[in-house]
Amino acid sequence: MIRHLAVTGKYTSLVIGSLVALVPIVVILFASLKTNTEYATTGPLVPPENWLNFANFVTAFVNGRMMLGFVNTTVIAVVSVTGTILIGTMAAYVLDRFEFRFKKLVFALFLVATLVPAVTTQVATYQVVNFFHLVNTHGAAIILFMGTDILSIYIFIQFMQSIPKSLDEAAMLDGASRLGIYWRIILPLLGPAIATVVIIKGIAIYNEFYIPYLYMPAQDLAVISTSLFRFQGPYGAQWEVIAAGIMIVILPTLVLFLFLQRFIYNGVTAGATK
Amino acid sequence: MSQQLAPTKTGVLYRRFSGRFIRTTVTAGGKRKDSIVMPWLFLAIPLALLITFTYIPVGNMIWYSFTSWDGLDQNKEVVGFDNFVKIFTKPEYWQVFAVSLYYFAASFLQMGLALYFATILSFKTRFRSLFKGILFFPYLINAVAIAFIFLFFFRPGGTLDAVLSFVGLGDFSTQWLGNPDVVNYSLAGVAIWRYIGLNFVLFLGAIQSIPGELYEAADLDGANKWHQFRYIIAPGIQRIISLSFILAIAGSLSAFELPYIITGGANGSETFVIQTIQTAFVYRKVGLASAMAVILLIIVLIVTWIQRTVVPDEKVSLAS
Repeated sequence: MIRHLAVTGKYTSLVIGSLVALVPIVVILFASLKTNTEYATTGPLVPPENWLNFANFVTAFVNGRMMLGFVNTTVIAVVSVTGTILIGTMAAYVLDRFEFRFKKLVFALFLVATLVPAVTTQVATYQVVNFFHLVNTHGAAIILFMGTDILSIYIFIQFMQSIPKSLDEAAMLDGASRLGIYWRIILPLLGPAIATVVIIKGIAIYNEFYIPYLYMPAQDLAVISTSLFRFQGPYGAQWEVIAAGIMIVILPTLVLFLFLQRFIYNGVTAGATK
Repeated sequence: MSQQLAPTKTGVLYRRFSGRFIRTTVTAGGKRKDSIVMPWLFLAIPLALLITFTYIPVGNMIWYSFTSWDGLDQNKEVVGFDNFVKIFTKPEYWQVFAVSLYYFAASFLQMGLALYFATILSFKTRFRSLFKGILFFPYLINAVAIAFIFLFFFRPGGTLDAVLSFVGLGDFSTQWLGNPDVVNYSLAGVAIWRYIGLNFVLFLGAIQSIPGELYEAADLDGANKWHQFRYIIAPGIQRIISLSFILAIAGSLSAFELPYIITGGANGSETFVIQTIQTAFVYRKVGLASAMAVILLIIVLIVTWIQRTVVPDEKVSLAS
């Protein structure tokens, strides 16, 4: 009897937890499929009459210039993720495989930097970015996403420790240069770690709001976050359009999550526990 | 000058490598010099970026915090500790720290719930990966999308009001974001909704890395589920809990994004970081804002230091 109750309690709590997670999103889906009058006359929990009414999605996507947001986000993500991988693997390669003077100091510099919360230094970082005349260019976001990512260096170092050093040495005997070893042996073997970094970095960039908001206020530089943010003013009274905008932003994340679940769980765990 | 120094340096360098490797350096003499320069060639860009976008800003920030700079003026007037004195003596500046307490308290609730769900899902459960996915997914959603979802959720006649009246609790409706007594609870609730998935997946991962034989042995010894939690699971996930705890403190002190987008800091929901950012970029008091940021940085560093001393890290190792 008690066992029965425990099982019921367990599933009840899981269902309640799932409802709390889902209901706020599902009502947005409902709202996004309603017409203007339908939205005004029905409550948030009422499903839309026509499940195929995508008019709001078109309005949001076209008038909200969300295509531009997707393009800008993609450009920034591709460049900064590629940069992060090259920079991170190079730094990790040196820190794990070379012995040199001041190695401990360099290590300490990277280590201490992980403790500095980026949001606290934004006040001064802005002046540095401004000094390089990068404010209101893609460069601002790209260089900040690339330059402040110490986490990925950690992930690479950790993974590299599991690649046997004898591989490097064998290649060196065959006359391979350091650069050759990095490029032909280390980089390909780091594949799984690179996949992890691509996933967590990609998600982080797609979701980032403040850096593009602060450094790229120009209309044409809107990324996905800031283009949705701008819905607030013009569509303030048209929640069904804002709802469609929200769904457009969530959809790619959902599709990716469904396809890459296992990698995402692993990546997120690796990222948080560094 | 390096002609003379190089052989001895490389000698020390190469002695650290294995015997086979030393032989190659003897034959391939040209590579010796490379090895001294090589690390720095690889490190040049990473180090330049690290210094330019982490250390220079921190250094500048400390310098600005002793000035009354407005962010534009050519001259920065040094004012000593004036900014710090102002922050600690004017209640309107340090009172915002109280708002962090809501987020801090919420993070305990969040960890408790995450631990509960992680524990029950670590045992055999129907639709396990479905539940796991649903509980985790909010963590992946774009910050602005979450903010808008909850603007809709809390607005008068919005999702929350509709749910309340649906279950017959309509009388409890209030201005969830407009009432200064309630707004911080609402926003802390959003923080739980957003971040619980991360906690949950971290806990679940740690629990699942506990060897299964331990449970079997406990079963044989007649241990019940609570005993299993108390004596096997809890000790096994200590490290991840201490880490989450530190993230919770740092996170609640630097709470920013969601309250900034949802309320803009209105109705008593202003956090310390919102105040810092507004002081710098709206009121153009870069000196004063820098002092605030320095204070926050010092607090976060102290908290991290305490955690590292209390629970020493077992040499960056991942259970994977």
